[in-house]
Amino acid sequence: MALLQISEPGQSTKPHEHRLAVGIDLGTTNSLVATVRSGVADTLPDDKDDHILPSVVHYLADGEPLVGSEAKKHATTDPLNTISSIKRLMGRGVLDLKHIGTRLPYEFAESDSSVPRIKTAAGEKSPVEVSADILRVLKDRAERTLGDELNGAVITVPAYFDDAQRQATKDAAKLAGMHVMRLLNEPTAAAVAYGLDQGGEGVIAVYDLGGGTFDISILRLNRGVFEVMSTAGDTALGGDDFDHAIAKWIMQQAKISDDAGHHQLRRLLRDACAAKEALTSADTAELKIELENGEYWEGVLSKEIFNQLVDPLIQKTIITSRRALRDAKVTADEVEAVVMVGGSTRVPRVREKIGEFFGKQPLVNIDPDKVVAIGAAIQADVLVGNKPDDELLLLDVIPLSLGLETMGNLVEKIIPRNTTIPVARAQDFTTFKDGQTAMTIHVVQGERELVSDCRSLGKFTLHEIPPMVAGAARIRVTFQVDADGLLSVMAREETTGVESGIQIKPSYGLTDSEIENMLRDSITYAEEDVAARNLREQQVEADRVIEAIQVAMQQDGQLLSEQERTGIDSAVERLANVRNGNDHNLIKQTIDEVNNLTTEFAARRMDQSIKKALSGQNVNEI
Amino acid sequence: MSTDLSKNYFELFGLPVSFELDGAALSEKYRELQKTVHPDKFANASDRDRRLAVQQAARINEAFHTLKSPLKRARYILELRGIVFDDQHATSFEPDFLMEQMELRETLGGIRQQPDAMSSLGVLMQEVESKISDMIGTLGSLIAQDDLDQAMSQIHKLQFMEKLLNECEAMEEELVDLV
Repeated sequence: MALLQISEPGQSTKPHEHRLAVGIDLGTTNSLVATVRSGVADTLPDDKDDHILPSVVHYLADGEPLVGSEAKKHATTDPLNTISSIKRLMGRGVLDLKHIGTRLPYEFAESDSSVPRIKTAAGEKSPVEVSADILRVLKDRAERTLGDELNGAVITVPAYFDDAQRQATKDAAKLAGMHVMRLLNEPTAAAVAYGLDQGGEGVIAVYDLGGGTFDISILRLNRGVFEVMSTAGDTALGGDDFDHAIAKWIMQQAKISDDAGHHQLRRLLRDACAAKEALTSADTAELKIELENGEYWEGVLSKEIFNQLVDPLIQKTIITSRRALRDAKVTADEVEAVVMVGGSTRVPRVREKIGEFFGKQPLVNIDPDKVVAIGAAIQADVLVGNKPDDELLLLDVIPLSLGLETMGNLVEKIIPRNTTIPVARAQDFTTFKDGQTAMTIHVVQGERELVSDCRSLGKFTLHEIPPMVAGAARIRVTFQVDADGLLSVMAREETTGVESGIQIKPSYGLTDSEIENMLRDSITYAEEDVAARNLREQQVEADRVIEAIQVAMQQDGQLLSEQERTGIDSAVERLANVRNGNDHNLIKQTIDEVNNLTTEFAARRMDQSIKKALSGQNVNEI
Repeated sequence: MSTDLSKNYFELFGLPVSFELDGAALSEKYRELQKTVHPDKFANASDRDRRLAVQQAARINEAFHTLKSPLKRARYILELRGIVFDDQHATSFEPDFLMEQMELRETLGGIRQQPDAMSSLGVLMQEVESKISDMIGTLGSLIAQDDLDQAMSQIHKLQFMEKLLNECEAMEEELVDLV
């Protein structure tokens, strides 16, 4: 983790120093970066004053890849090296390509890795690497504009992203050299952007229809605390599907055959998208389609036909919205505000239908393309420590149930969907056969009862179970989900205490060695040697630890006895000395010692803060 | 490790151990507590402090959701009083309750064949929900009267009803997906 810390050694964190943090909306079609300056959150433009960075990367045989509009220009001329909508592949496995891949005009490499790799002129690229290339551009833009290195970033993900997709997003940010303070759900970010927390109370629905994903979240707001009550969505439904529906219609009208080439397909989609955009303000859109034989087909798409084409897609989002309301146990009438997010909510038909469903005009005054990045920037500003007194707190939920495989290919749910995170749940299991000494834990995510219908997140085996009769062993499996929605799983045999310490790695995520290799390959670190890097990372970590302890001692030193205090002081001093040497192993070892020595202190501080929250108020007064 | 872990859920929220509970006070206290322990408040702290925060916040979430649900709350109160639930070998039920369960389940089983499955299911769900609500009322008085044996058997019955309601909801989702 320390590998990618951005802060430099010795960097100070004086109380009133403004720290640099950004919010990033890593979208299917477009990406944006925003920050809070002088109390105002806004997106940052590039040197051509464009705020939106198309999420398109064009790979070249030599040199840096092109990202954004420059890359987009090559979409029709060089489609195989121009990667767009990569978000749809994030966290997906090779097998998933059968469902999604047919629409993506890329060549995939045959590989042993479970992660799909796209063949490009610059070599094989995984979705994580492509996303990292987009993030790197946004990071550079922010650092150039703000004049210094970033302290941290908040990156948004669709609320409906599963564990593997979240992990992949975090991996991409790490690869781009960013310190991710939080993965934030896009709808939550949008609600924050609207400043509904300023004095507001009540139920909010956030309807987010982007290029490739749809999300609906129901939130309850109360004095600065956003509590997500439910979330639902579809990771494969978005404005792209509107384009595909139009393109299909054009193909029928113009009698273009289904096996049209890459170029033709790209052009069709581009024309379909243009027609869709034209129809936001006009009643008809003129079409002039270049056919493969060089001739043109001309036609007109009317608003009525367009509505017919997209209504089934909008209807799907309404069904999903209904489910989210039911999970939140509220009715459409109880929703006080409907926030619209995502470029596809510009389509008037979407606004009309959703307004009808909730019985109120949706909020559209913040640019739906920017709203997520702006909300993320506000949260980043709070998390980085620029607003210590801010009340803002976002309590998210997990979008899909987590469970494990039991006998007969069945799923036993451990944490149901829409449980507030962070969460830890344990369940006991036992052996099936006499003398059984190992047990494989297969972790899955999804709502269905059969393992094969859910997404497999990973497997691990607990060994050295003492041989007993079937049903006698007690194996406690604990699931823990952190505030980013990322899962770790532990298994422990209770009678002997045999434990399998597992930081579960999603099957579709990247293994540590894959990440390491990518890091090694990446240009950022190409010129540095590994030892120097290790040393610097450990020094940075040491500085962080020392600083954190000093601050804690200053605030809560009274929680320690004289003896404890002396012990900690001398350990910190030792660390400060070791830090100036050049033995990274010794620094790491000393950091671990200091950490162990201060565990109890940290626990007491946490207790005290809880007591403070409770003190002076008894229930009757609240 | 943390003394906090020795506190029961009610103590954690500064509330008396009681089935009757002020929902607004509970929610208010929940937000207070999360504002102090949520990992977001430790975004720049050490990894270890963040891990601790995750654990604390997870515990507060668990406590909140236990106390918020009447059924979970009742069960928790009984457990605090030393009652051990054995879900594998639940107590036997009166014939009336079993008959009613069978009838309700038969109705649910036949929903798909109904001409208007969705509204038949709606009627069934309303019936189940109103039964649950009555049973929770009874459960409250049993706990207030300290009749723990009866309370325990009532909890077992309610667990059956909740399971039935979950199955109704699953059916509803299935029907919606067919639309």
